[in-house]
Amino acid sequence: MAPFGGWDMPIQYESILVEAKAVRSNAGMFDVSHMGRIEFTGPGAAEFLNRILSSDVPKLRIGRARYGVICNPQGGIIDDAIVYRLDEERYLLVPNAGNADEVIDWLKKWMPDSGVTMNIITNNLSMIAVQGPRAIEMLDSITTNDLSKVRPFRIVEAPLLGTDALLARTGYTGEDGFEVMLPSGSAVALWDALTERGATPCGLGARDVLRLEAGLPLHGNDIDATTNPYEAGLGRFVDPDRDGYVAGDALQQIRNAGPGRSLVGFVMRGRGIARQGHHIMNGPDQIGEVTSGSVSPTLDMNIGMGYVPTGLSDGGTRLQIDVRGRLIEAEIVPLPFYSRRKNE
Amino acid sequence: MNVPDNLKYYKEHDWVRVEPDGTAVVGITEFAAESLGDIVFVELPEPGTKIKQFDKLGEIESVKAVSDLYTPIGGRVVESNQAVTDAPETVNDSPYDSGWLVKIELSDAGEIDNLLSAAEYEALLAAEG
Repeated sequence: MAPFGGWDMPIQYESILVEAKAVRSNAGMFDVSHMGRIEFTGPGAAEFLNRILSSDVPKLRIGRARYGVICNPQGGIIDDAIVYRLDEERYLLVPNAGNADEVIDWLKKWMPDSGVTMNIITNNLSMIAVQGPRAIEMLDSITTNDLSKVRPFRIVEAPLLGTDALLARTGYTGEDGFEVMLPSGSAVALWDALTERGATPCGLGARDVLRLEAGLPLHGNDIDATTNPYEAGLGRFVDPDRDGYVAGDALQQIRNAGPGRSLVGFVMRGRGIARQGHHIMNGPDQIGEVTSGSVSPTLDMNIGMGYVPTGLSDGGTRLQIDVRGRLIEAEIVPLPFYSRRKNE
Repeated sequence: MNVPDNLKYYKEHDWVRVEPDGTAVVGITEFAAESLGDIVFVELPEPGTKIKQFDKLGEIESVKAVSDLYTPIGGRVVESNQAVTDAPETVNDSPYDSGWLVKIELSDAGEIDNLLSAAEYEALLAAEG
């Protein structure tokens, strides 16, 4: 177990590599109860969230989910999050654990005096992600709903193990699957039911490997308040032209100027594993820093992400990673490293 | 935890076995391999490299972390285990046998006396909890 964002989290149950392979080939389950769960209700909920989130919240239809970032007025990323529209005037926001307090402070700062109520339900609901090619069939055999009919980035409320659960077809692994939110008293029953059906318990270590293979940024590694969504390759999740959006001015400027640096993926061509903080070199010059790096058990390569000047960010560009004093050849490749369609 | 009696140990969780011809075979213990988890990368010195007892021998990486390797014995490296650099998981699978790391021509056989017996190493593991 390891401390993570104020929670004690398992890095691995058995083996990070075994767990990661189970998610790609069968199904794995992750206790992601450390993620925040914040509910917003009231006639002003959509307008409020639209001021905070990078994407257009009022356009979101009931039962749908959207990924976005929460930016400060300079365009820096306070956190990334998924927002779910549960009902006409009811939304659920799921940010990261690591800076939940900062996010909540930020939300409170912009909260209007009336029209919207914020309810932090992180400790009432547990959250279990079930991911992998067999995830849907395993969950289907527990619920009465036909979950294969729920399309990606949709959320449904359904009875599950004698309680009511929220089932969202979202995840952070690059595989198909659901994130299940249910009353904490029923979480162990769900875990046991999934274990019986052959799901592999997975820890944070496997989650980090899988999200990196899928090219998904991790807040605190690849994105933070010193990075903006355009340089992080998240421009498609940003609409800066909405009235009242708190980061709109800054993000319009960044968009119009174009980012000076870009988050890229690279594969190691020499022997070595890039790690967070290693310098990215172009010959003798440091041009950037590694933000994430790992082995990729799915691709059998060593992979990483980091920021480089936009002029040096094209696929095929050769660069070097300073791995504790050894300069190891690497090559920029398009993200994601792995997608289940591309790699089928 | 398997701690073979016929080996000598260094507190950084390395073992050494002196062969009849006088060369020393060096590896990491089962405890070290299990603590590291899935080993995915091993960097070892080139043959011919001279190293002193307890100096850094190389690096070993699991999925999550990098650790330095130390040599329990000084001398000249005569062979690095290619099987381990090609397939680092060999160290997890067989830390005392096919997962050995380097063979060293001893500079001073007396250095063996600076190392722990199996019983002493087991006591150290028990103390470290």
